[in-house]
Amino acid sequence: MHELSPMAFAISSSIKVFLVFSVSLAVVAFMTLTERKVAGFIQDRLGPNRVGPFGLLQPVADGIKNFLKEETMPATANRPFFIMAPMLAIIPAVVTFAVIPFAAPLPTPWGVVGMVVADIPIGILYVLALSSLGVYGLFLAGWASNNKYALLGGVRSSSQMVSYEVALGLSLIPVFMLAGNVTLTEIVWQQQLLGMWYLFPLSLAFIFFVISAFAETNRLPFDLPEAESELVTGYHTEYSAMKFSMFMIAEFSHILTASALMATLFLGGWSIPFWSGDHMFWYQGMLISGFGADGAPVAAAPALWITLLTLLSFIVKTLFFILVFMWVRWTLPRFRYDQVMHLGWKVMLPIALAYVMIIAATILVLDQVGIEGFLFGAVLTLVSLLCTGIFVFAVDRDRIISGSTREPAPPAPRSPVPSGAGVRRVLPAGSPASGDL
Amino acid sequence: MSSAYLPVLMLFGVSVLNAVGMVVASQVLNPRRATPEKDMPYESGMIPLGDTRARFSVKFYMVAISFIIFDLEAIFLIPWAVEMRALGWGGFVAVSIFMMVLVVGFVYEWKKGGLDWE
Amino acid sequence: MVDVLFYVFAAVALGGGLGVVLARSPVGSLLFMLATLFSVAGIFVLLEAHFLAAIQVMVYAGAIMVLFLFVIMLLNLGHDFRKDFTFGAGMVAAFVVAGVMAGFLARQFRGSGDHPLYAFFPGPEGMDALLAEQGAVGAIAHPLFTDYVVAFELTGILLLMALVGAIAIAKQRV
Repeated sequence: MHELSPMAFAISSSIKVFLVFSVSLAVVAFMTLTERKVAGFIQDRLGPNRVGPFGLLQPVADGIKNFLKEETMPATANRPFFIMAPMLAIIPAVVTFAVIPFAAPLPTPWGVVGMVVADIPIGILYVLALSSLGVYGLFLAGWASNNKYALLGGVRSSSQMVSYEVALGLSLIPVFMLAGNVTLTEIVWQQQLLGMWYLFPLSLAFIFFVISAFAETNRLPFDLPEAESELVTGYHTEYSAMKFSMFMIAEFSHILTASALMATLFLGGWSIPFWSGDHMFWYQGMLISGFGADGAPVAAAPALWITLLTLLSFIVKTLFFILVFMWVRWTLPRFRYDQVMHLGWKVMLPIALAYVMIIAATILVLDQVGIEGFLFGAVLTLVSLLCTGIFVFAVDRDRIISGSTREPAPPAPRSPVPSGAGVRRVLPAGSPASGDL
Repeated sequence: MSSAYLPVLMLFGVSVLNAVGMVVASQVLNPRRATPEKDMPYESGMIPLGDTRARFSVKFYMVAISFIIFDLEAIFLIPWAVEMRALGWGGFVAVSIFMMVLVVGFVYEWKKGGLDWE
Repeated sequence: MVDVLFYVFAAVALGGGLGVVLARSPVGSLLFMLATLFSVAGIFVLLEAHFLAAIQVMVYAGAIMVLFLFVIMLLNLGHDFRKDFTFGAGMVAAFVVAGVMAGFLARQFRGSGDHPLYAFFPGPEGMDALLAEQGAVGAIAHPLFTDYVVAFELTGILLLMALVGAIAIAKQRV
């Protein structure tokens, strides 16, 4: 179980870089098809089905079309920045996947290769740092186009992304507390040790992470930067053909990374539930599967089939969140801009701060009392559920939950004044159920 | 330790090449037939009026400055969170005071209407 | 390898700095500044200051430059900003500050191994051991929340002052 020699490290790294890069781009291409198929399914129609069997070659056709179509650029646009903007959007989007572990370490004749492109000591901070740079591509696109819609879209997107970055950062703090490190390999390992996905002990952090991830990727219900009913298509109004496609690739890569992060941080990453055979972690230069009763590390036995099985587990979890992204897109209407800002600053920020302190105090008390293992997770789960309940109550304000359990209001009588009883719960105009569809 | 960043550097190189390649390839492959109408900014078929680069509301500036303050707070919490169980109640008290100070600012901003969007 | 990378990052950082001053549009200056900040983060990584590198990108490139972006949008872009620069007191002050900074830098470079600043630095091997033991973030956390806890609390007050000042200026006319 020795580590790799520098040469083997360099070679295995280049193989992983090219594999991950090409696979993620291919996945992104097929996500565009998936999205249209999901849309078709939800809207009770077929979706693309002409190119290849079941429309499977549609992404290829789209790619060729995008390369061959004419590109337009407004004469008043700022030429260098107009060309630079899609590149600035796509580069941070495709490099963030590097730190996400996607399978258990793989044994090779030259040593055990970790199934992560770069296991760097700052781990997820690398993702946070690079995704915070995504703002510039979108903003520059809006600004360089010299188009009022595009500029509004760019300003909106940068403002919205920074607003939710705070909540995103705060939702990660409880994860760091439990894992004791910021590298994603260790976060997966600590979830294996605890025997519980962080989804349960940190449920509110998970909810905040999902909401912020939707806002950061500019997806519905947070797609105000490209709100087509107000801004044409927002920041990429003036972009066509391949440059437009680059913005789409960036957006879908962000969705892929966000889904993989949700799976890794809160659903145990590549680990398989209820099975300890896949527990593996680099500990002081040694691949271990756990600690014995005397605290001594136990060596792990990596195998090709374990790697493949865990890879499958990772793919299933990530795919689940990708489908959630699409499901939400075709289900929820768009927020108003003041609602976006209100949710980010006045609801999520204070509750996230309070939640961080509550979880910290709970962990410290549990440590002091000496509770460990499953009971530790169970107590945290209860505390988090309580916080989640408070959050849902604060957001709901007696509208959706109690509103939907109530009997539907009877059809309003034509004669003079409708009776007051059923009307009080009727959704006011502008609330989600009556939004623009 | 910093050799762990080698794959990151490679991935950066590959993605920069990819981005440049996409732009150059489409530049070479696609046809170009510019007309004055095509070169006009798209405003739903209307001829654009006025200057695009208008000045923006100060609200965006308030969002940016609040973001810096609270993002810094979140970043200061990261090292504490990582070592929280080792630092114990001492670290908890230190962070509580730090947070209290910033909550004062947050409440002040809220009351002054700095978080409103009307 | 490390040496080559250092020179690449240093060249980009200096080139970006020149670009900030020479770029014709303020947005161009901003992009050059981003390049500089990014390569300085790269140099931090070469110095094994991993957490600092991440923070450099997150705070400076991801937060403060966004504020600059909004400030540029708030300014009237049709206005020729170069007319605002006159060789007056501000210019003299800028040169004085630059001179003082250069002096401090020279003093640092002259300092030998027994200089107080180096007392904390355990050397490359010691740094590797420290990072392996506590992690890149943990190595910062212990001194920050024990020895330097007063400075940490003062940072909170500094942030509060910045926030109150911004509200006072932005809300003046409303």
